[in-house]
Amino acid sequence: MLALALPALLVILLLIVLPVGWLAWQSVYHDGFTLENYRRIWSEDIYWRSFALTFQISLLVTLLALLLGYPIAYAASVAPKRWSIVILALVVLPFWTSVLVRAYAWLALLQRTGVVNQVLRQIGVIDEPLALVHNTFGTVVATLHILLPFMVLPLYATMQQIPRDLMQAGASLGAGPMLTFWRIFLPLSLPGVLAGSTLVFVLTLGFYITPELLGGGRTIMISMLVSRNVELYDQWGAASAVGVVLLIAVGLIFFAVSRFIPLDRVLGQK
Amino acid sequence: MMIASLCRRALLGVSLGALATLSSLPASADQITFVSQGGAYQKAQTVAILDPSAKKLGITINQDSIPDAWPAIKSQVASGKPTWDVVDVPTGNCLRGGEQGLVEKLDFAKLPNAAAMPEAYRSAYSVTYEFYSSVLAFSRKKFPDAAPSSWADFWDVKKFPGRRALRNHPFATLEAALMADGVAPDKLYPLDVDRAFKKLEEIKPSITVWWTSGAQSAQLLNDGEVDMVMAWNGRVSALMGEGAKVAFTYNQGILQSTSLCILKGAPNLATAVRFVNEAVDPVHQANLPLHIDYGPANPKAFDTGVIKPERVAQLPSAPDNASKQALMSYAWWSSPAGEAAEKRWVSFMQK
Repeated sequence: MLALALPALLVILLLIVLPVGWLAWQSVYHDGFTLENYRRIWSEDIYWRSFALTFQISLLVTLLALLLGYPIAYAASVAPKRWSIVILALVVLPFWTSVLVRAYAWLALLQRTGVVNQVLRQIGVIDEPLALVHNTFGTVVATLHILLPFMVLPLYATMQQIPRDLMQAGASLGAGPMLTFWRIFLPLSLPGVLAGSTLVFVLTLGFYITPELLGGGRTIMISMLVSRNVELYDQWGAASAVGVVLLIAVGLIFFAVSRFIPLDRVLGQK
Repeated sequence: MMIASLCRRALLGVSLGALATLSSLPASADQITFVSQGGAYQKAQTVAILDPSAKKLGITINQDSIPDAWPAIKSQVASGKPTWDVVDVPTGNCLRGGEQGLVEKLDFAKLPNAAAMPEAYRSAYSVTYEFYSSVLAFSRKKFPDAAPSSWADFWDVKKFPGRRALRNHPFATLEAALMADGVAPDKLYPLDVDRAFKKLEEIKPSITVWWTSGAQSAQLLNDGEVDMVMAWNGRVSALMGEGAKVAFTYNQGILQSTSLCILKGAPNLATAVRFVNEAVDPVHQANLPLHIDYGPANPKAFDTGVIKPERVAQLPSAPDNASKQALMSYAWWSSPAGEAAEKRWVSFMQK
């Protein structure tokens, strides 16, 4: 068993553990042991503001992805085979376009002279163009669009495994469709909810292109401070310390969550 | 089999390559490696400056390009065996490199062309290579008659209503804020950073976008997303060339530059010095604006007659345009006060 896992473990060691460890080392070692990079994060409030904003945006994107993604995954799981393929194809289709191109596409749609504002103006809904981009709103919309498949696919995988006779059994006991969904389907789909939410949340934490292009300069997420620190301090450590703090923060959050939700049982589906 | 033979062929290639390098070693005294930022800019230089210089000096100029040379300069010099000789980088990089012992101190006795340039255009470690400018650009559709023509106008949202964009960076932006507050273009340095940020707070609610790339600044103006913007002159000229209804003024523009400097321990130091002198030769310098919207660094280029008068009027470093502008002090920006101002920028953006 171990021998079979060895190549994979080796790849993880070489490509993840070693580089991350090296960067973490840089953050505390520069011509001798130093905590300067961490003192800076601790004492300058720009970092706290960016961490707070990053977690807010990640939470918002995760919730919206869940609200939009759940019905899509549900529809794909109950629809006839042919239709579910169409639905999933539509979900996966955007994967074939680069993130950068999609960010620019949102710019063309949402800017003041963009498609959305022009249509709204022509049908008389608004007089003045809405500020849909160059702010946090535009950032959230584009990030949500890019990450939606990461919510839908795990949800769909979980929902597909839920035995349909359970709902029939519920119905035979006199429960209506709402009650069977609420008491049977929803709880059984929770592993998918958790897996999808975790993926989307963690991926949003590291987003760079969408806030950079669509945030108008005001939406400063933590990844942007990482790149700023490389430029400003000419040291990997000044930037990697920010990453280390983010990693620890995420670790603590999952530890806290796991005390309330048995993650291993939900994700492992035991 | 296939892979093995491929490997063997690759190895053969490498050893042949190594042989070629070895055999060319004795001739290495008359070649240099020159590094710039690539793209249309490097192509323009190749035609205007690099090829003619190579021909005149009888040397070979090997080219490399990199968008941000600074980290590579640091690591090359730290390795003790740099492969680059001359770099064309933002002037601030040369100054910082000089302070940190990463670039060679220049002997101006060996650089007559550079020695004849104004003192403000050179330092102990660098020679200015070309100029561009951060200018006030605006939409002619939005302002067909009275157009904004100073940073005070840019700040005046009553007289010139409309949407605005500035660069998401303190360079030139702090200078513009101080000029809007009444500081004369030649009295800017050392910058009064507190005063500049206070003035920026005033305009901040009216700034729609803080742009991060030159392409973005042009797109914003071209799409009518903003009505006025601080942008680089070349970006606005390109829009005007495409027929966009936009214009700009050099009044109170901020003249910025890239400079040439030589890496510490450069493999071909003597040839590199000869090249640096040749690169700022008035005639080569005068050729540059015939290929791209950048201005020559050597003012004598304007006396060569190579640049037509109507072209001169468009260039950021032309005497009539330069006199209306502020010359950015890279020495101030790489001083501790300048670095502190740069660090302060993010916290200004977050509030």
